[in-house]
Amino acid sequence: MEALTRTFGSVRALDGLDLDVPAGTVFGFLGPNGAGKTTTIRLLLGLLEPTSGRATVLGFDTRDGGAEIRERSGALLEHHGLYERLSAEENLAFYARVWRMGGAARLDRIRELLQPLGLWDRRREPVGRWSRGMKQKLAVARALLHRPTLLFLDEPTAGLDPVAAASLRDELGALVQREGVTVFLTTHNLAEAERLCGRVAVIKQGRLRAVGHPDELKARSATRAEISGRGFNEAMLSQVRARPGVVRAELQNGRILLELAESADTAPLVALLVQGGGLVEEVRKDKGSLEDVFLTLMEETR
Amino acid sequence: MGDVLTVAWKEWRELLQLGGSHRGGRFSLVILVGVFGVLLPLQSGAEWVQSPATVYYWGWVPLMLVSGAVADSFAGERERHTLETLLASRLPDRAILLGKMAAAVAYGWGLVLAMLALSLVTVNLSARSGQVLMFPWRFAVGAPLMALLGAGLAATAGALVSLRAQTVRQAAQTLNVGVLLLVFIPVLGVQAMPEAWQTQLGAWALTVGVDGMLWPAAAVLAALDLALLAAAFARFRRARLVLD
Repeated sequence: MEALTRTFGSVRALDGLDLDVPAGTVFGFLGPNGAGKTTTIRLLLGLLEPTSGRATVLGFDTRDGGAEIRERSGALLEHHGLYERLSAEENLAFYARVWRMGGAARLDRIRELLQPLGLWDRRREPVGRWSRGMKQKLAVARALLHRPTLLFLDEPTAGLDPVAAASLRDELGALVQREGVTVFLTTHNLAEAERLCGRVAVIKQGRLRAVGHPDELKARSATRAEISGRGFNEAMLSQVRARPGVVRAELQNGRILLELAESADTAPLVALLVQGGGLVEEVRKDKGSLEDVFLTLMEETR
Repeated sequence: MGDVLTVAWKEWRELLQLGGSHRGGRFSLVILVGVFGVLLPLQSGAEWVQSPATVYYWGWVPLMLVSGAVADSFAGERERHTLETLLASRLPDRAILLGKMAAAVAYGWGLVLAMLALSLVTVNLSARSGQVLMFPWRFAVGAPLMALLGAGLAATAGALVSLRAQTVRQAAQTLNVGVLLLVFIPVLGVQAMPEAWQTQLGAWALTVGVDGMLWPAAAVLAALDLALLAAAFARFRRARLVLD
């Protein structure tokens, strides 16, 4: 994507997006609602034309190569897009015909995809009777049916309960690994991105805010520490705040939460608390999660 | 062609599933087949196969059948959130549009052919004249032709309406009004003419004869079908449909 921009009237949905998605990766495209994630997918599939800038997908310019891109891509968009009056098998059979898969190959492929997802035995049921989680799994199978080179997944676990979301995430990870497909995954579920993606980009108000491996992004965040114990008070907290390397310190439910500079050491802080009469039971120190990085980025660009 | 048939196959599967699960739909279909395949032929007797005027009848019947089916084509996909996934597939624009229209035409035309055959059976069973009553050749060609062109008219106009409509109900209402206007405007137009004009028109119709009007009427319908088809192709834009 080179300076990819798309406006709708006075609204700038995408604003000069520059981004490369390496082949063979699961690429997470993160952003809050209305950040421009769905618009980006529509532009990359050639369903919308950019207002300015350009994007090349699988070597084809999205402005005039939409048909070629769609031929080689699979998509699970904002809605699962399943025909609920039809059975799961009929849904897949239709899209297999769309991609000109022959009768025997079609059935083999449908079985190959539905069996690991636990849907094979229920393939003749109308999809309308299924749970949302089952429908999402079927939609993933449909998107992979024709062995696409590139897979677009637009918030695949949105609206699912935690159990269904975790199950879909696991199966999605396994399927993607087995199929060896490049995935462009939009989500605002940071745990999902951390679990699945080899590389992520963060977008807000149509602008790119950060890009890199999840660990690289996490490395940018402050070190956090949590000290559990008893007898902590505001006086101790003031002393802690005064120490070098302490960016922030808060007392929450009897625990001290710290944000530290990269070089800061927790041992002198523990000693300070003990000297002040506090009883320290546990100290936990780690880098922030991807969610912390995401929230920080959202704060910074507010 | 393969892509058109693929889309038509899916439309047919959905239509059959809807018919199978929707009691009201099956009931109205039985009523239509009963009226045009049994009741009216019984009332008309041998006249049913002899009067050339009934040819025009069959140009009108598929309008009702097809408009009901085609209203769902795009508006239904939009309403049920399946349209964007379909547009994100490799299917060319023309295949999507033609496949949906072909399914609706096949549905309406197929039912008309079945009604025609049933009406022939009804007339023969009720007449018991000792000889087989058959449509004259002009009727045998003209009725299916008018039915096909009528179905084409409803399918192309219906696809255009369905492309714009946000819901199936909105599309169906617009199409119902269109069918009513198509039937009543000529009737009311003739009635609104001065008496002298009506006399002249009647005399002209008698001179030309119903048979003589068949091919011009078919040509007008075919021209309308093509014009509406071109308009539907022009209207079908993936970007517009995604944003609608």
